[in-house]
Amino acid sequence: MSEHITQDAEGEHDNAYAGLLGNDAHWAFGTDFEDPLAGVDTTIPDGVDASQLAQYCLMLGDDALIHAQRLSEWTSRAPDLEEDIAIANVALDLVGQARLLLARAAAADPSVVPRLPEGSPVPDEDRLAFFRDAAQFRNVRLAEVPNGDFAELIARLLVLSTWRLAVFQRLVDHPDAVIAAIAAKGVKELAYHRDFAGRWFVTLAGGTEESKRRLAAATESVWPLIPELGSGTQVERAVGVDPASVAPEVGVVLDQVLATAGMTTPDVPALAGVQGRTGRHGMHSEALSLLLAQMQVVARAHPKGRW
Amino acid sequence: MSGETLIERAWDVASGVTDPELPMLTLADLGVLRKVKQDEDGTVVVSITPTYSGCPAMAAMRDDLVHRLTEAGFDRVRIAVQLSPPWTTDWITDKGRKALADNGISPPGQAPRGPVALKLAPPRRDIQCPQCGSADTEVTSEFGSTACKALCRCRACGEPFDHIKEH
Repeated sequence: MSEHITQDAEGEHDNAYAGLLGNDAHWAFGTDFEDPLAGVDTTIPDGVDASQLAQYCLMLGDDALIHAQRLSEWTSRAPDLEEDIAIANVALDLVGQARLLLARAAAADPSVVPRLPEGSPVPDEDRLAFFRDAAQFRNVRLAEVPNGDFAELIARLLVLSTWRLAVFQRLVDHPDAVIAAIAAKGVKELAYHRDFAGRWFVTLAGGTEESKRRLAAATESVWPLIPELGSGTQVERAVGVDPASVAPEVGVVLDQVLATAGMTTPDVPALAGVQGRTGRHGMHSEALSLLLAQMQVVARAHPKGRW
Repeated sequence: MSGETLIERAWDVASGVTDPELPMLTLADLGVLRKVKQDEDGTVVVSITPTYSGCPAMAAMRDDLVHRLTEAGFDRVRIAVQLSPPWTTDWITDKGRKALADNGISPPGQAPRGPVALKLAPPRRDIQCPQCGSADTEVTSEFGSTACKALCRCRACGEPFDHIKEH
């Protein structure tokens, strides 16, 4: 079964898309999904464990994918058109990073990729995105919590982009050339995300009583999930950047934003894991299952579909 | 046809392909066309580098390159992704910058280098209005109609315009 729109020579006159295909194919149609790492050398560097490298790519890729899905839920709901477009742009950057990282995970260790029926054209990075269950996702829980108001969006984006930027700045020197390249590109994108969130944070803090109240509530809901970002796993310490090592730098940036906003660090306890297990171990909140149900339902209904 | 000439001819065809979102720019002027070579089996391999990680125009560029090269008589064509070094707007050629400005899109300034500083003040850039040439402009949003553009407004003539952001 192929659900890809193809040119049907006999029924050409009945096909509204016929004129868009053929020799002068318009790009909006007939664009096959191609390997985002086509032609890239994906050899595992000496001294790096392929399985751990794949797990690490899943962690970084899942953070981006799940946060992007939450950001995408804002589409058409932002306070104004410019912000709507900005949020969608940030989500697009993160989806792009996720796609490369999930493809890198699959190339490093094919055993992480869910198996689909024989002949399925679904590429590896899509299998990882759409055919894994919640417990197989490795994102931090802050990426998955349900959306709140605009202040919550900004507070969460500030924390996640600051953290990811600090990690990616160190990954630029990673022995794996693919991760290093993804990070080098990502740094530029994340710098824009962080500035966008930081400016809005300060703007909301300097706005009305209502915007201040909402921002204070947002920081109190986001900050308990920060310690999880810095706790780190054995995989991160072995083949990636130990998150604990970027925590001080992240703290400095967040303090700078809070100080500019005239706010203090919220005095809130960390959200505990379950027996020490958190997002990186596949221990998620119920919210992730609901998010995945919505994100994956169409792909799962068509495991042999071509998009 | 000798290998050298064939590669030069393939480069000429490939460099004439335009960006689907910025049709006034060729892929060579945009700086995404990195290399053209010939494999041992005769396949022409064109390397392009992504602009933004999630830019959907990349798939269109790949398709357009294959179509144009095939039409030009190259039977076997393959497009390879080159991730490193990462694309920067500094690679947009002078000809490309002029084409952007001529079409009402403000070209980028020099891309930032070195440590990434937190910028909490409103973005201030030395941007000229591509309509009236005034420097009295402001950034409306750092994120515009495509991943690579910011939205701007000219205070002199009142017109909104796109600016390719430094990357």
